[in-house]
Amino acid sequence: MRGVESASLNSGGGIRSSEACAGTGRVSGPVKTSQNKDKTLEKHLKTVENVAWKNGLASEEIDVLLNIALSGKFGNAVNTRILKCMIPATVISQDSVVKAVSWLCVDKCSGSTKVLFYRWLVAMFDFIDRKEQINLLYGFFFASLQDDALCPYVCHLLYLLTKKENVKPFRVRKLLDLQAKMGMQPHLQALLSLYKFFAPALISVSLPVRKKIYFKNSENLWKMALLAVKQRNQGPSPEPLKLMLGPANVRPLKRKWNSLSIIPVLNSSSYTKECRKKEMSLSDCLNRSGSFPLEQLKSFPQLLQNIHCLELPSQMGSVLNNSLLLHYINCVRDEPVLLRFYYWLSQTLQEECIWYKVNNYEHGKEFTNFLDTIIRAECFLQEGFYSCEAFLYKSLPLWDGLCCRSQFLQLVSWIPFSSFSEVKPLLFDHLAQLFFTSTIYFKCSVLQSLKELLQNWLLWLSMDIHMKPVTNSPLETTLGGSMNSVSKLIHYVGWLSTTAMRLESNSTFLLHFILDFYEKVCDIYINYNLPLVVLFPPGIFYSALLSLDTSILNQLCFIMHRYRKNLTAAKKNELVQKTKSEFNFSSKTYQEFNHYLTSMVGCLWTSKPFGKGIYIDPEILEKTGVTEYKNSLNVIHHPSFLSYAVSFLLQESPEERTVNVSSIQGKKWSWYLDYLFSQGLQGLKLFIRSSVHHSSVPRAEGINYNNQY
Amino acid sequence: MKPPPPKFKRFSCLSLLTSWDYRQTMDSYDVPESTPSASSRPEDYFVGATPLQKRLESIRKQTSFIPTPPRRKVPQCSQLQEDVDPQKVAFLLHKQWTLYSLTPLYKFSYSNLKEYSRLLNAFIVAEKQKGLAVEVGEDFNIKVIFSTLLGMKGTQRDPEAFLVQIQSKSQLPSENREGKVLWTGWFCCIFGDSLLETVSEDFTCLPLFLANGAESNTAIIGTWFQKTFDCYFSPLTINAFNLSWMAAMWTACKVDHYVATTEFLWSVPCSPQSLDISYAIHPEDAKALWDSIHKTPGEVTQEEVDLFMDCLYSHFHRHFKIHLSATRLVRVSTSVASAHTDGKIKILCHKYLIGVLAYLTELAVFQIE
Repeated sequence: MRGVESASLNSGGGIRSSEACAGTGRVSGPVKTSQNKDKTLEKHLKTVENVAWKNGLASEEIDVLLNIALSGKFGNAVNTRILKCMIPATVISQDSVVKAVSWLCVDKCSGSTKVLFYRWLVAMFDFIDRKEQINLLYGFFFASLQDDALCPYVCHLLYLLTKKENVKPFRVRKLLDLQAKMGMQPHLQALLSLYKFFAPALISVSLPVRKKIYFKNSENLWKMALLAVKQRNQGPSPEPLKLMLGPANVRPLKRKWNSLSIIPVLNSSSYTKECRKKEMSLSDCLNRSGSFPLEQLKSFPQLLQNIHCLELPSQMGSVLNNSLLLHYINCVRDEPVLLRFYYWLSQTLQEECIWYKVNNYEHGKEFTNFLDTIIRAECFLQEGFYSCEAFLYKSLPLWDGLCCRSQFLQLVSWIPFSSFSEVKPLLFDHLAQLFFTSTIYFKCSVLQSLKELLQNWLLWLSMDIHMKPVTNSPLETTLGGSMNSVSKLIHYVGWLSTTAMRLESNSTFLLHFILDFYEKVCDIYINYNLPLVVLFPPGIFYSALLSLDTSILNQLCFIMHRYRKNLTAAKKNELVQKTKSEFNFSSKTYQEFNHYLTSMVGCLWTSKPFGKGIYIDPEILEKTGVTEYKNSLNVIHHPSFLSYAVSFLLQESPEERTVNVSSIQGKKWSWYLDYLFSQGLQGLKLFIRSSVHHSSVPRAEGINYNNQY
Repeated sequence: MKPPPPKFKRFSCLSLLTSWDYRQTMDSYDVPESTPSASSRPEDYFVGATPLQKRLESIRKQTSFIPTPPRRKVPQCSQLQEDVDPQKVAFLLHKQWTLYSLTPLYKFSYSNLKEYSRLLNAFIVAEKQKGLAVEVGEDFNIKVIFSTLLGMKGTQRDPEAFLVQIQSKSQLPSENREGKVLWTGWFCCIFGDSLLETVSEDFTCLPLFLANGAESNTAIIGTWFQKTFDCYFSPLTINAFNLSWMAAMWTACKVDHYVATTEFLWSVPCSPQSLDISYAIHPEDAKALWDSIHKTPGEVTQEEVDLFMDCLYSHFHRHFKIHLSATRLVRVSTSVASAHTDGKIKILCHKYLIGVLAYLTELAVFQIE
C-alpha cells in the first residue's frame, strides 16, 4: 500500500516539477525544456500505471487522478492514459465521481475524454461505494443523451442507474423523440424497454420482441483489472484472519453447473424470500430497500450492529469464504442452518474428491485448495465439521496416502470428539494400514496429526466440562466415558508408536515425533484440568532412555518431570478432597511411574542400572564381557553424554592429551552438571532438580502411593 | 474369476428353454442361510442427540456394515393411487432419464409453484442472455410449468413428487395447443423414510431427480434450484453391483406381455478401444432361470442375485470361454426398465413404476447420506 501512496505523490510532484522546468526553461531554450518536461511526466505516468495495474489505486488516489484527467491540464493523450489506468484497489468513492462529473460541466476536456470517462464509469459501476448522490445527477446524465457521441455510453449508465422513480413522462417523450431522430438504436431500445418495465402505462410503442439488445461492451479495456479487483474484494480484508479466495474463482473452464468456483458466491436470500410473498412483483423486488444485505457486511462492528436483521445467505456453503459469517454461524445454533451447511459440504466433498473418479486428477489443485479453505475455517472456528468426518469415513479406505496428504491428515486432526472405539474401525484401522506400509515421513506426519487431534479433543473437553454440565456432550454422556475415549486414543497411539519404532529400527527422527505426542499427554491433568494421566509404553520409554541422541534423552527427562508434576498435583487434590471420586488414579499408574523413575535414576545417577527398573540377569551381563557396566549409563558414560563429558574436561585443561572421564567426581560432578545445564539441557535440569535429592546419598524420589491404598 | 459350477449339464444352445434347468445344479451351491435382516435398523440413537449427530451415527452404521441390506422386496404391482393422472404417468414412461441425487430442499413450498415457475422462467431467460441486457416484459418464447404428480409416492409420509417442464411457446397464435416440450425434470421420493426421519420440517426431501432434455438446460435449472433452495445435485451413477440387483429384481417381476428382450451389456477395458459384450436372452428364459433360483416369495436376497448372475456367467463361459465376471456390467435392459451405469434409466412398464423408483430412491438416499 505504501508503494501506491508514494506513486500518487510522485505524480503530484511530477506536475509541480514540470512546472518548475517550464520556469527555468527560458535559459536553455524551449525545445529542451519540453523534452525534459515530457521525460519527467512520462516517468511519473509509468509509475502510476505500474502501480495501478499491479495493486490498484486507493479511493483518494483515484480522486486526485480523476481531477487531473478531467481538469484539462494536460492533453488528450495524457488524460486517456490516466483514465485507462484508474483501477480501484477496492472501491471508488462516490464523491470522486460526483466531482468528476462537475468537471464535465465546465467543459474543460475533449469529447473523446468524456467518452472514455463514461465508459470507465460504466465498467467500474459496481465498485462505486454508494450511488445515492450519483442517482441525484440522473437529470444531468439524461441531458447528456443529446450528445451523439456520448449517447450509447450514457444510455448504458442510465440503464444501470434507473430506478422506478426516475421514469417520468417527459423522459419517455424525450427518448421516443431521440429514437425518432436517430432510428432504432439498440442502446435506446434497451433503456426504453427498462422504462416500459417500470412503467408499462407510459410507453405504448411496441418494442421488437426477439431482438437481442446489446450494449457496446465498454468493459473490455479493464477486463483483466476488473477480475483482479473482484478477487481482492471478495476476501474480507479488514478481518485479521485472511480466508482468501483461491484462484478457483477465475477459472476459465466451465466445468460444471457451479461454473465459477466450488464455493458458492455470497448472496443474501432476501430476493427469493421476498419474491415468495404473494402480491410482490418482480419490479418491487428490484427496488427493495430494507434489511441489511450480506454483500455490504465488511467489518465485525457492522456484524454486531446488524446481527438482528442480517439475512442468511441463500446458499449456506458461501459462509466458508467469509470469516464474519463463520462467526455468525458459530453463535447461531440453528439446526436448519447447520443442516444446510452439512449437506452442502458433504456433497461437495464427495463430488470434488479426486480419487473417487478416474482421470479426475487435473482438478487436483482445485480440490487441494478447497480442502485448505475448509481447514482454515475449522482452525478459525476451532471446531471440526461433521461433514468432514463423514467424508473421511467414506474416503479414507480408498485413500492412497499420497494425494493431498497434508490436507487429509489435518482433516483427521479436526475430527470432532467422539467415542474412540466407535471411530476406530471406521478411521484409525484404515489409517494404521497406511501407517505401517508407508515411509517414515508419513509415519511422522500421522503422529503429528494425532497429536493435534488429541489437543483438539482435550481443549474441547476442558471447555465442555467447565462451560456446561456434561450431559450435552455428544455420544459419551459422562466425564468418565469421555476420559475413557481419550485414554483409548493415547493407548492406540502408544501401540502405533511402539510398532513403528520396531519397523523403523529405532529411528531418532521418529522418536522425536513420538515424544512430542507424549509431551502433550503428560500434561493433561495440569494444562487441561482433566483427570487423566496415561504413561508411555515401555517400548518408547526404554528406546528413549537408551537413545544415542542427547536431545531425545533431554526430552524424556522433561516429560518425566512433567509426569511427576501432574501426578503429585493429582495426589494432592485427592488428599484435599478426601472423598473417593471415580477419577482417582489407580495405584498402577503411580507404580508404573515409580518403576520408570527408578530405572532412570538408576541409570543416569546412582550407576545401578540393572537392579531395579530394567532387570537383567547378572549372568547375561557377565556374558557380554563388559566389566564396568554399572556406571556405563550414567550422565557421564551414557553414550549420548560422553561427548559432553569429554568436552567438559577439555575445557578444564585444554592441554591434556588423554582425558579420563571417570575423574568427574565430587565437586567436579556438580560443575559438570552445571556445564550440561548451560548447554541447553533444560529437561535434564528440571528432572534432576525435582527427582534427585542433593544429599550425600543420591536416591530416587518416587511418589509414595502406599499410604493412600 | 469363478470356475463354472460343477455338475453343470451340457445343453444345446438352440433348445435353450427346455434345457435351461439349473434346479439340480443349484443344490451343489449350498447356499448359506441368509443373515438376519439388517434392514430393521437398531434403534439405539442417543437420546437428546441433535439431528446432525444422529445422521453421523447412521453414517457410521452404514459404513461399518454392508452398504445395502441383503434383502429387498420384489417390486409389487403398481401401488399408484387412483388420483394419478394417467396421462402424466404415460408421459414419464418410455423416456430416457438422467438420474441425480438431491439433498433436501430448504423452504420449498408446494403452494408457491406458480411463483416458482415465474421466477425460474426469468432466471432461464437471464442465463441464456448472459452478457446481454435483460430482455424484460412478457416477451419470452419459453414457458416453465411446475405441476405436482399427485399420488406418486410409496407411503403417506413421502412428500408429493413434482414435475418441471419447459415448453416453447407456439409462435403462431392460431396453434392453440401446448407448445413443444423442450426439457422435463421431476423430483420424487418413494419410500424415503430413512431420510425423512433425520430432517426437520423446514426441508422437503425429494432425493431423486430425473431429467430429460439438453444438459445445458439441466444445468441452468439445477443451478436455480441450488440457489433458491440451498440444495445440491450430484449425478447418480449405478455401479455394477446395483445393476445386477436391478437385473434380478426386474426379471422377477411378472409381466403380461414382454415388450423387449432381456439384455446385458458388459464392457471389457482394453486398449485402444474398449470391447463391449452384449448378451440378449429371451425374457421368458430369464424368468425361468430366476424361478429356478428364487426361494422366498416376494423377496430377493443377495445370494439369489449372485446366483442369478453366476448362472448367466457360466452359461456364457460354456459357449464362448469368456469369464464375464472379470468384466464390468454397464447396462441392463428388461421389459420392466433399462438402466445404464452412467445413471440413465428408461422405465417401460407402467405396473412397476413405483417399484423401480423405490430402488432408485434408495440409491439416491445412500449417496446423499
